[in-house]
Amino acid sequence: MNASVRPDFEAIGAWVRPGAKVLDLGCGDGSLLRYLRESRNAFGYGVEIADEKIAACVRNGVNAIQSDLESGLSTFASHSFDYVILSQTLQAMRHTEEIIREMLRVGREAIVSFPNFGHLNHRLQVLAGHMPVSHDLPYQWYDTPNIHLCTLKDFEHFCATHGVEILERLVLHRGRRVRLLPNLLGSLAVYRLQARR
Amino acid sequence: MTSPPAQASTSVGIVTPQTAQFDTPIALRSGAVIPRYQLVYETYGELNAARSNAVLICHALSGNHHVAGRYTEHDKYPGWWDNMVGPGKPIDTNRFFVIGVNNLGGCHGSTGPSSINPETGKPWGSRFPLVTVDDWVETQARLANRLGIEQFAAVVGGSLGGMQALQWSITYPDRLRHCLVIAAAPKLTAQNIAFNDVARQAILSDPEFHGGDYYAYGVTPKRGLRLARMLGHITYLSDDVMGTKFGRILRSGTFQFGYDVEFEIESYLRYQGDKFAASFDANTYLLMTKALDYFDPTHHYESGHLSEALAPAKANFLVIAFTSDWRFAPERSREIVKALLDNERNVTYAEVKSTHGHDAFLMVDPYYHEVVRTYMGNIAL
Repeated sequence: MNASVRPDFEAIGAWVRPGAKVLDLGCGDGSLLRYLRESRNAFGYGVEIADEKIAACVRNGVNAIQSDLESGLSTFASHSFDYVILSQTLQAMRHTEEIIREMLRVGREAIVSFPNFGHLNHRLQVLAGHMPVSHDLPYQWYDTPNIHLCTLKDFEHFCATHGVEILERLVLHRGRRVRLLPNLLGSLAVYRLQARR
Repeated sequence: MTSPPAQASTSVGIVTPQTAQFDTPIALRSGAVIPRYQLVYETYGELNAARSNAVLICHALSGNHHVAGRYTEHDKYPGWWDNMVGPGKPIDTNRFFVIGVNNLGGCHGSTGPSSINPETGKPWGSRFPLVTVDDWVETQARLANRLGIEQFAAVVGGSLGGMQALQWSITYPDRLRHCLVIAAAPKLTAQNIAFNDVARQAILSDPEFHGGDYYAYGVTPKRGLRLARMLGHITYLSDDVMGTKFGRILRSGTFQFGYDVEFEIESYLRYQGDKFAASFDANTYLLMTKALDYFDPTHHYESGHLSEALAPAKANFLVIAFTSDWRFAPERSREIVKALLDNERNVTYAEVKSTHGHDAFLMVDPYYHEVVRTYMGNIAL
């Protein structure tokens, strides 16, 4: 899998220490794990619920545990991973607070990426009276798996009020880093987090 | 990948069991020693020049060495896992050299209670010692030595077979590269042991059991074995599948107000029980259920932690459980997965949605078979 297909892969990969142990939640076909293994010599596991994606993980030669993220991470011991990654899945989670808490229990650090609902394009669509449909949010309101959309500001407020320390942030649009007005011009946010001490 | 020709057979075809004789005594976990014994086995596919493509299939409670293929052209039934093992099948015999073995204590040719004890010239009967999963692994390792296999590409098993595969990874961590543990558990629950004991009591209390030496009386404790199997069978199915298959259907359409067969499920269970009682040895059934009860890799460890027990394992694991399996529920497989995660072993866990209960591991399910096929296909030879 080419990292350019998922721009957050590259960002995540740059943060992952070589040889690190990672847990990828909602790992899909395992391409991020494979990418991290190939580019960072990382060792890890994915968690995934869908049958066809578990089969794809096996094909990709990565470890996958078939399980529902919503039922928690009880299979995983505390502080047993260097990084717990939730790549573009946060917005589809029902129990947002719990998953972030669990990530920070199991991992020394957490990496989260999500589409920024505050992006200009989304705001314009809302202003025009529609729920946004975009490259990053490619669903109609009635068929979207995304139930907890947020903006950068919302997420950062969440972190501040939930004992989560933001170690690093990377905001992207079409694979390029956005430094100016990120909550308006960035369509994809990637955060590196740890539990506040 | 090229697609197979249209008429490619997916059966290993006609197979013939073989016998390996062992004259070195084997000391069992129980302390008993068996001076010499034989194991019956079958092989499918070819061992490659590097001897790196051997796969051992461990059988379940009532299983044997006849995994795939047929004995004659008109053989009604193929081996017990014929849907899994064969050319082009998930465990592909075009690629792997597959071995099925009848465990020590079995009743399909390997030395067991119904075999002649050379010291007495009579069947072993009650004198046949209890064997454990560890003992089986030991005898299987000796068979591997005999066949020139230093390391298995994979050791595979379902149910009691899965326990053997797991034990292999602990006892001989360097002798298998992959371990497939299917519909298994790290040890039985009290409920499981209870079911096994009811099954045993059915056999032990049969008037024709004669303390295990029924061979001398020219009888077999068929009624007990039949009951034991009926009970076992109920626990291997699910309420759903029984409901769908049999429901409350009456054979004659009305109540007969008696104790003969009235409901279809009764007819089915009795038929299965009779079929089994006619082909299986009661002493072997007792012994295999005890092996199940005794299995507990944490037995040697004070902590009782499975993670500690699995620490020696080096293999890569595929663990598979089935959602409607209430005998060995998915939670039990997750205990194995958790212990492997604690040891940072490579492990993939698939939880297959199935209505077939414990028996699901013997059935064709596209997802289940795809996972095994893909996993086996990725094994480097």
